[in-house]
Amino acid sequence: MNIRNLISHLLLIIFLGVVQIFLLKNLALFGVAFAFLYLLGILVLPISLRTVPLLFIAFSLGFLLDVFYETIGMHTAAATFLAFVRPLWLKAISPTGGYVDSEEPTLSEMGLGWFLSYSLPMVFIYSLVFFTADQWGTGGFFGVLNKSLFSSIFTCLLAILVQLLFFKRRRGI
Amino acid sequence: MLRILQFLYRIRAFILFVFLEVAAVWMIVSNNSPQGAAFFNSSNALVGSVLKKQADVVQFFSLADANEALTAENAEILQKLQLFQVKPDSITFTLDSALTATYQFKGARVIGSSLRYSQNYLTLNKGSKHGIKPGMGIFNPEGVVGRVKSVSENYAVAFSLLNTGLMVSSKIKSSDVFGSVQWDGKNSSEARLLFVPRHVKAQEGDTVITSGFNAVFPEGILIGVISKVAPDAKDPNYLDLTVKLNTDFSKVNYVYLVENTQFTELDSLYRQSEISNEY
Repeated sequence: MNIRNLISHLLLIIFLGVVQIFLLKNLALFGVAFAFLYLLGILVLPISLRTVPLLFIAFSLGFLLDVFYETIGMHTAAATFLAFVRPLWLKAISPTGGYVDSEEPTLSEMGLGWFLSYSLPMVFIYSLVFFTADQWGTGGFFGVLNKSLFSSIFTCLLAILVQLLFFKRRRGI
Repeated sequence: MLRILQFLYRIRAFILFVFLEVAAVWMIVSNNSPQGAAFFNSSNALVGSVLKKQADVVQFFSLADANEALTAENAEILQKLQLFQVKPDSITFTLDSALTATYQFKGARVIGSSLRYSQNYLTLNKGSKHGIKPGMGIFNPEGVVGRVKSVSENYAVAFSLLNTGLMVSSKIKSSDVFGSVQWDGKNSSEARLLFVPRHVKAQEGDTVITSGFNAVFPEGILIGVISKVAPDAKDPNYLDLTVKLNTDFSKVNYVYLVENTQFTELDSLYRQSEISNEY
């Protein structure tokens, strides 16, 4: 990763963080679909990034969000889990021939189908951890599943929109 | 030995993951225990000021509604005030000071809130500098809103009534039967009234108000209206009462805080006699 990539990633994470804290904090479509758009910042980090720095990035991002959301620890736990699962999931769905040609798992580099199969399960796992921690002890596993499913769909839709609008296009989509 | 170190080095990512996850879970647990010291939350000065800026912008749009509600409440208070004015042809006597100044009221603005989670919190724009203390009750003209959890110098964080950890001592207005209102984490406009025995004749439409028993809220603050009566499925001795909350939690902007000036005395009396006071 060169310095230009680093700066553009940093800017992206700051932008997503600000949007998440100021605009998406109180947004919940129909009371079930939450938007965790800041996850896009973790999802599109370069594939070659090692797990250890990834864990630290996710932990601090989740913690920052927690401080503003008044949900201390919940986003942190979920984001850390997401960061740990990401390399495993990337390996599991690697296209034949591996990731030689592209470096970042973005929409424009990998295509819509791949990006969906990459991001949807990841965000779903994140939401599952988050809502389980949120509803701990109050029962209602169905509620957790319900919220997780719709939140992951909504978040992925937003993530695709953001990438279509703001990311450099490499291939015609 | 070298092999062990090599092995540990190979699974360093996993070890770090477990460590960070445990740290996160520890934060969740320590934040949710009632006495847990919350160091990192929105009563932090920096976070609070950011939230305040945001609230300044957002609440500007609901100023008209807030004004209208305040005017209505002023009118109601003026009406009540008339009762206390001394008429020239009457005799008055002053009450014992122990009875008069039990509750003190303060006003504050909500600068951050959530209502879609199981544990919802409010952030207020006043803190210890303005005399806010942990444990104060929060309500607005519509009804009970929550209870202060922790304070910093300029900000305070409070349990919303929409928090499964908060119980409010309450009673049915018509029959004076008391119970506890607790949210079940599902619908943000409904809560449960617990511990009402089965022999009580509760009806849909009965008003539920605070009981004044737990020394947090004065008696008679509105909570909601009973919307469903059913026998409790788990414990046949009690009724399962659903209360439709009167407060619209998506529109809580300005709130009152109430402090019982004799709370410490009551609390120490409870402790002395080893009664655990529900919060």
